[in-house]
Amino acid sequence: MSILQFFSRKGSAPVARDRLQILLAHERAVGGQNDLVGVLREEILAVIAKHVPVEPDNVRVKMERGEAISTLEVEVDIPSQAKVRVALSA
Amino acid sequence: MAKVLVVTSGKGGVGKTTSTAALGAALAQTGQNVAVVDFDVGLRNLDLVMGAERRVVYDLINVTQGDAKLSQALIRDKRIDTLHLLPASQTRDKDALTEEGVAKVMEELRAKFDWVICDSPAGIERGAWLAMRHADVAVVVTNPEVSSVRDSDRIIGLLDSKTLKAERGERMDKHLLLTRYETGRAERGEMLKVDDVLEILSIPLLGIIPESEEVLRASNLGTPVTLSNPNSAPAKAYADAAKRLMGESVTMMVPQNKRSFFGMLFGRKAA
Ligand SMILES: Nc1ncnc2c1ncn2[C@@H]1O[C@H](COP(=O)(O)OP(=O)(O)O)[C@@H](O)[C@H]1O
Ligand SMILES: [Mg+2]
Repeated sequence: MSILQFFSRKGSAPVARDRLQILLAHERAVGGQNDLVGVLREEILAVIAKHVPVEPDNVRVKMERGEAISTLEVEVDIPSQAKVRVALSA
Repeated sequence: MAKVLVVTSGKGGVGKTTSTAALGAALAQTGQNVAVVDFDVGLRNLDLVMGAERRVVYDLINVTQGDAKLSQALIRDKRIDTLHLLPASQTRDKDALTEEGVAKVMEELRAKFDWVICDSPAGIERGAWLAMRHADVAVVVTNPEVSSVRDSDRIIGLLDSKTLKAERGERMDKHLLLTRYETGRAERGEMLKVDDVLEILSIPLLGIIPESEEVLRASNLGTPVTLSNPNSAPAKAYADAAKRLMGESVTMMVPQNKRSFFGMLFGRKAA
């Protein structure tokens, strides 16, 4: 084992600490019913469903929770027929 | 043909979740399509061990209750694209998981994957029962220690009576995975030996995973040990166990001193 390896191998605990801090900050917030990303996810889907028929199969939701920034990616396939209906009713 | 595998033990803290992640990753690395499913409702940890904790959107209960499609809840591993995780719910009540709901999800998983690996919660109650219910193959995780061996014996009894396979009158395929094994201590008589455990439980041996700091390091990093350090002793032992699950015969090594164990076990208890 090289010296470099030796030092880099000691480095796993800080990684664990960081991962836990981010995760627990989120989970504690959920305990207090403050899961902002989760709330956004539900409301965004509800808004879209109000205007177009949303097939659960055509929805992909991705989340990446970070310490400072979390990203929420909602991808919905909107059928072209539905697009016409939205235009008419708008 | 999909195989459903349950990783179970009765006792907690013996290495079920570690083994689910390591075996799942090892199988997926061979190109098999693998889903690992966390059945530990309320105490999920497989997401953390797999390093996917920040990406959980939906969970097993959402799928059983129809709030999400299976495809939406499955998290694809960032390192191996044939490896997928279905997380447990962290916030819901255990009773939210129903027998019918689990049956529906397992059927869908079977259609999609080559291997479905169910990480059982500890205990011998409902949660453990639901996790083993649909299994074709069981990996019984045991530490060389009296209470773990006793609990494994209980679990083996349940596997032979309470699973769908048993209820159909078929024989459950059971394998012993001896984990946290310390050869030195076993040889000094401080710990049960491989042979002692095999004799008591009398199910074929799938592998011997040594006690190793690499396992702790892997969980710190959120990477299954078979990926974090493939050349480490536990990673090799898990990779060999995965090969045996796929039907290959691989010589059994006792951790640390690389003495062949095969001759001794062959014809008697070899998996
Ligand atoms: N072979 C091993 N060597 C060292 N530590 C291990 C080993 N296997 C498991 N552990 C540790 O034991 C603890 C319990 O493991 P875990 O897989 O969560 O058990 P279970 O799912 O059965 O409760 C964890 O801290 C894990 O890192
Ligand atoms: Mg566990």
